[in-house]
Amino acid sequence: MKKIINLQPHNGTRWLLALLPFLLLLLLYVAASNARLADNPGDKLLPAMGSFADAIQRMAFEPDKRSGDYLLWVDTGSSLIRLGLGVGISALAGLAFGILNGAIPFARAPLSPLVTFLSLIPPMAILPILFIIFGMDELAKVMLIIIGITPALIRDMQQRVLEIPAEQLIKAQTLGASSWQIILRVVLPQILPRLLASVRLALGSAWLFLIAAEAIASTDGLGYRIFLVRRYLAMDVILPYVIWITLLAFFIDYGLKKISQWSFPWFHSQTGDGGKS
Amino acid sequence: MSYIQIRNLWKEYADQVVLERINARVNKGDFITIVGASGCGKTTFLKMLLGTESPSRGAILLEDAPIPDEPSQQRGIVFQRYSVFPHLTVLKNVMLARELEHSPLLGKLFGSARRTAKQEALAMLEKVGLTAAIKKYPHELSGGMQQRLAIAQSLIRKPAILLLDEPFGALDPGIRADMHKLVLELWKQHQLTIFMITHDLKEGFLLGTRLWVFDKPRHDPQAPGAFGARITYDIPVGQSDRSLYQKIDQQLQVTQELTMEGNAA
Repeated sequence: MKKIINLQPHNGTRWLLALLPFLLLLLLYVAASNARLADNPGDKLLPAMGSFADAIQRMAFEPDKRSGDYLLWVDTGSSLIRLGLGVGISALAGLAFGILNGAIPFARAPLSPLVTFLSLIPPMAILPILFIIFGMDELAKVMLIIIGITPALIRDMQQRVLEIPAEQLIKAQTLGASSWQIILRVVLPQILPRLLASVRLALGSAWLFLIAAEAIASTDGLGYRIFLVRRYLAMDVILPYVIWITLLAFFIDYGLKKISQWSFPWFHSQTGDGGKS
Repeated sequence: MSYIQIRNLWKEYADQVVLERINARVNKGDFITIVGASGCGKTTFLKMLLGTESPSRGAILLEDAPIPDEPSQQRGIVFQRYSVFPHLTVLKNVMLARELEHSPLLGKLFGSARRTAKQEALAMLEKVGLTAAIKKYPHELSGGMQQRLAIAQSLIRKPAILLLDEPFGALDPGIRADMHKLVLELWKQHQLTIFMITHDLKEGFLLGTRLWVFDKPRHDPQAPGAFGARITYDIPVGQSDRSLYQKIDQQLQVTQELTMEGNAA
């Protein structure tokens, strides 16, 4: 018998083992739900699978009685636009200021302490200020995401730029590169895959800020819907929405990883995360 | 008039003298190998030639003017590691110098200018024997291939001076011999002035035209940083004998041990 640290599951076994906890959770849920519903058929806390199917049918495939919209898709569209704008703008700002701070000491001296300070402000604490300044519409929600994740992205990018070996910057200079050319041809291309990696990590916080902002002031969006139907204890809507959000987050993360592997093969073979997840 | 003059050069950090009273003249086309115990300021000296460190006292003059205090295309460099760009293929690593030269704004060439640069890079890569690897990324290359790439990349910009900081230190002995041949060939072809640091004394006796030994002639056991290293030998290569080799080897070992004791105390 080999030691357990040397035992590797084969491919099929690996899949089976990965699915197992999900199946167990599902079984546990169904058992608990059945037990509660047997006690009280009107129980709303753990709805039966059939109620989920009805709710999904109602939210995704039937027009809303009042507005005529297909609510799930309208909510998804609004949320994804906010998330995309917020994360996209943050990524660009993180890249620009990160490179500026990392590559140019005279930019780093005044900006780096400021960014560190800003990154320590809890974004949720200034949400009221955002609503006061930017009003209750789209801008405030996108701003919350930006304020929430940009400082950390800038700090991370700055650190990554500083980690580029000095030998490379010197080498580029001996090849006649100007500061601008070094940023463009040596720093930027090496930072892009690191930006994607940081954005993948920042997406968790971005979702948090998005849902928080939607819950407080919005008329559509995934977060808005969850907090709206909470009033009716509509677990049959809330749980599918949560799973849907999780799936969206998973596919965005997976997509970014694939884009990175495809665009920056040299980076992924260096860090050794070529194919594995 | 000498090409490079080193005039009473000192380098000190806080309470530590690294180099003291270095005086030397270097002619165009000299190939100088520098040996010395570790911590004897060889790399510091090279950095001053490169322009990333400045002298505490004295000066290095290049054609009678102080050598520029930041790296420039006049002086190529090959480090022991990290000399090539990991995000560019072999071909693009070599083309980069031309692209930087001719495209100040984008640092990238297109069309016929790009084809010219590519031809030039291919010719250079052929010289260093990397034709088969032009589409590979540096991490796919062996250590010897990476160093050959670094040399090709430096030479395409046609520097007057080539600085080599233990370029073959991490290579196998067999590959090292190949690299010696390559460097000697390129040195003659491009009429370079070369400074090469090595910690292999044999390499110093074999390559180039002059051997410099950096060593500390004086030691103070109470204050290991009180005295700096100087050039203790400046020997024309090819005219030295076995006994001199052994003498230098012995002295360097003594210095090494004294330095270690000093650090331990």
